[in-house]
Amino acid sequence: MTAALALGDDALVLSHRLGEWAGRAPVLEEEVALANIALDLLGQARVLLSLADDEDELAYLREERAFRNVQLVEQPNGDFAHTIARQLYFSTYQELLYERLAHGSGPFAPLAAKAVKEVAYHRDHAEHWTLRLGDGTDESHERMRRGLDALWRFTGELFEPVEGCEVEWHTLHDAWLTRITSVLERATLAVPEGPRRGGWAAGAGRQGIHTEPFGRMLAEMQHLHRSHPGATW
Amino acid sequence: MVTPGPSAAPTPPASGTTLTPLEEELLRLAGSVPDPELPMVSLAELGVMRGLRLLGPGRVEVELTPTYTGCPALESMATDIERVLHDHGVPEVAVRTVLSPPWTTDAISAEGRRKLAESGIAPPAPRDATAGSPVPVALAVRCPHCGSTETELLSRFSSTACKALRRCAACGEPFDHFKEL
Repeated sequence: MTAALALGDDALVLSHRLGEWAGRAPVLEEEVALANIALDLLGQARVLLSLADDEDELAYLREERAFRNVQLVEQPNGDFAHTIARQLYFSTYQELLYERLAHGSGPFAPLAAKAVKEVAYHRDHAEHWTLRLGDGTDESHERMRRGLDALWRFTGELFEPVEGCEVEWHTLHDAWLTRITSVLERATLAVPEGPRRGGWAAGAGRQGIHTEPFGRMLAEMQHLHRSHPGATW
Repeated sequence: MVTPGPSAAPTPPASGTTLTPLEEELLRLAGSVPDPELPMVSLAELGVMRGLRLLGPGRVEVELTPTYTGCPALESMATDIERVLHDHGVPEVAVRTVLSPPWTTDAISAEGRRKLAESGIAPPAPRDATAGSPVPVALAVRCPHCGSTETELLSRFSSTACKALRRCAACGEPFDHFKEL
């Protein structure tokens, strides 16, 4: 089931990336916040991947080319502003997508109806930090701008139709852009310019093509399970 | 533009059937299990018990709904329910997780709210008071220690997925607030 893999891999991979902040976040509250968001996403991933097949085999035993997540979620954390930019782009998208799936009658409706309420908190968290960093000091503004600019080219891929999700992708995109624009304006930041589609844009994660850092992330994520199959504690 | 999430009725679906006296008794036992992370409230008070069915002699299926999709307490809830029912002579217990309709904080009983507050955790406000948004921002949250409404948000995320961290301006104490969901 390709859609379950696409949505499940988005949640799994972003969860792992956010988990990498454990022990490194700038303040304790953020350590806890990012870990909580990671936990919500992991729960969603488990439900979604289980719709497709065995969750552990899918998470730990697939090769890079078999993952169907968008390239945005596999991007390394960078500094805190970079992570917040990734959170803003993705959680805004995920909330709008889950809202639509929750109202549908497809296999994802129960999970989406549950998870959309969790994701609303993730989006709220990202928006607050975008405002604080964008409308903060010169340094924080500059770092937030850099993060938003660097990840912009990965956002076009979010709106490539996923087979099996009955969603109007262009209205989803318009709603996303309206929301992002409004947050960035309030944060005294400009909506990035630059290509999001075509030759210079990134994005073929849904087809199994991933960026270089993803392989290293998977190696770390899968290492224990592959070295000690079936290990428990 | 922001459409509120589907607001499902907080009452359990009860699987469309009425319980037999034995099922009612077993449901009461299963529901009396304390929450692993908030042991002051029972699973019934938390509103996560969705139903119980006697499938045959000594065979019971329990339906449980998670508070959060990734709630790590779910597995120990299931184990605890199994143990309680085993102890009461049911050899075969299957605990099934159901997602629909999604759990909301409105499912926490009045008694559950009272116990949370008594243990220093500010209970969630009723969700209709938060007017469609799952992220209430402007509601006053009362300090569970001194009762003041002069409290501020420190972090939207706290020791468990279901709580936010706040501080009371009047008595200075930090406290957990069960987030509206």
